[in-house]
Amino acid sequence: MEAAYNFKEMMNKPERLAPGHRMCAGCGGAVAVRGVLRALHEGDRAVVGNATGCLEVSTFMYPYTAYEDSYIHNAFENAGATLSGVETAYRVLKKKGKIKENYKFITFGGDGGTYDIGFQSLSGAMERGHDMVYVCYDNGAYMNTGTQRSSATPQFADTTTTPAGKVSNGKVQTRKDLTAIMAEHHIPYAAQTTFTNNFKDLHIKAEKAIYTPGAAFLNIFAPCPRGWGYEASELMEICRTAVDSCYWPLYEVVDGKWVLTYEPKKKLPIEDFLRSQRRFRHLFAPGNEGLIAEFQREVDRRWEELQVRCSQ
Amino acid sequence: MAVRERLSGNEAVAYAIKQINPDVMPAFPITPSTEIPQYVANYIANGEMDTEFIPVESEHSSMSAAVGASAAGARALTATSSCGMALMWEELYVAASNRLPLVLALVNRALSGPININADHSDSMGARDSGWIQIYAESNQEAYDNFLQAYPIAEHKDVMLPVMICQDGFITSHGVENILLEEDEKVRAFVGEREPKHFLLNPQETLAVGPYAVSSYYMETKRGQRQAMINARRVILEVAERFREMTGREYGFFEAYRMEDAEYAVVLIGSAAGTCKAAVEQIRNTTGKKVGLVKIRVFRPFPEEEIARALAHVKAVAILDRSEMFSATGGPLGAEVRAALYQAKGKAEAVNYLYGLGGRDITVEDFCQVYEKLERIAAEHRITDMYEYIGLRSR
Repeated sequence: MEAAYNFKEMMNKPERLAPGHRMCAGCGGAVAVRGVLRALHEGDRAVVGNATGCLEVSTFMYPYTAYEDSYIHNAFENAGATLSGVETAYRVLKKKGKIKENYKFITFGGDGGTYDIGFQSLSGAMERGHDMVYVCYDNGAYMNTGTQRSSATPQFADTTTTPAGKVSNGKVQTRKDLTAIMAEHHIPYAAQTTFTNNFKDLHIKAEKAIYTPGAAFLNIFAPCPRGWGYEASELMEICRTAVDSCYWPLYEVVDGKWVLTYEPKKKLPIEDFLRSQRRFRHLFAPGNEGLIAEFQREVDRRWEELQVRCSQ
Repeated sequence: MAVRERLSGNEAVAYAIKQINPDVMPAFPITPSTEIPQYVANYIANGEMDTEFIPVESEHSSMSAAVGASAAGARALTATSSCGMALMWEELYVAASNRLPLVLALVNRALSGPININADHSDSMGARDSGWIQIYAESNQEAYDNFLQAYPIAEHKDVMLPVMICQDGFITSHGVENILLEEDEKVRAFVGEREPKHFLLNPQETLAVGPYAVSSYYMETKRGQRQAMINARRVILEVAERFREMTGREYGFFEAYRMEDAEYAVVLIGSAAGTCKAAVEQIRNTTGKKVGLVKIRVFRPFPEEEIARALAHVKAVAILDRSEMFSATGGPLGAEVRAALYQAKGKAEAVNYLYGLGGRDITVEDFCQVYEKLERIAAEHRITDMYEYIGLRSR
């Protein structure tokens, strides 16, 4: 384990995601990747996997790759299975003495490739216990294809397949709780995090996920400026309001024990989170107060449930 | 000395896998290929193999994990049939375009629907455009022999393409026949070790696999794959020659059975060849008519010139397909053989019949009738039943 978190030191680590890639300014995905790769100890190599999505098409456009480590993209729904194969090959080749170096296995998928089309592949990989980390950069919709809803999209969000309109308030269903589902796979480590607090929470959790033997899952709240409708410079503020309104609680499940890693001193009303994003603008139209109240009730219900789980 | 045994096709392929002792085998069960991963799991459980078996949760994941393992530098393979193959369809293209030397034990079974577990070639024929080398077997011996040749073909530096070794479901996979098995040391020496040039787990050189490529780059990668397929023609024969030196058993693109003086020929793939050969012998012995069979072994790459040459002297040929392609004109083998004949300005009358779909049996008598039809067609230069289903129930 590395020494106590030093923000300046961390930010000065050599980047394992090289600049020049095509991610949007203000995209949480790129920030998530850099944060996770920063948690790799110096001298450790990684094979980075990636499901098709914004990240892949923007960081690996032939003939350029933005990754300093070896990297594999296969298809949209199989990041879990693909890296399972790489990790298994590593164990075999290491056993045969064909590889002497240490490798870590980290695969990235957006919520599309993780919650929905990639769900089966993720579940299989976690259930089989491969020594790898699956990192979801959750931006709450299929962003690469133009913001279609996913099962990670929050209720009432305006997306291109759940548009707010004369007879629609946006997405009907509430979001799936994937972190909890992954924890119920009884993997040694699952956690939810984002970019608040100088990336300390993200760093500690990424390091734990990478260096805990066995399967680990990391769900990172990764806002999308185009899909959500905010200015690039507002990225960090949106993360703060998401966490402090308890919309995106920060917690980890370590060997089945649920631990809250952050509790806001003052819990913000959900409006503070919703207000800054174009995708929720229709909720602020007169007469729609009931929708915000419904959203708030669901946030509160899940937050209370989480607190109970973490206190046991 | 080769060992005499009695094995089913699945047992024979599983035995070949044991001898090859690959690094990684992800697999998901589907009838009639299921036994292959089961036998392998059993060998592993008893310490007879070093292979890591990944019990994946679907066939799409079998091929995905195999792609990952192979890209990482390991020797990987899997087994499947029918809908399992269909489920991994997108991955077949990824494997081939990433130039990964994977091997697939394909036990041919009809695609749904209706759901049917018996032999036909719709699964492998459905993947004929994927960029995989496709090699078919008539018997358990051929399935075993083809499997031993798979990695040497796939891993050759001028090829670097995945190979599928096909055998008919139940008929071959579950039929127990005599077989000659080679000794472990001989197999190991023949197959050798994989020595990848570029792989993910190479500390000397990082590698990125599976890019997004815009229109300015995509087409050239396909030209590269095509060249690899062209090179595979030569490499397949070179490996077959090495195999002949080791075992005495000869293999080529196809088997030309009694073709030297044949006037009427059947062209087909797979186990029905055995039945056809029996018909050929019966006809020659009882009537003296000169009939023969071209049994295709290598379908991809397609040995166009060689097939045309083998059929150059016949008067009429019936190409028998064990899968539909719903062109409303015939089956896939028929289309490619007729194209070959056309390119070579072949003189033979050609008809394309469908048989054995969903495991429907074909008999010696059926083949005798086919040869009779060919004789009539040749005499009259008139085809009345271009595209017919053999053995269909009458109303």
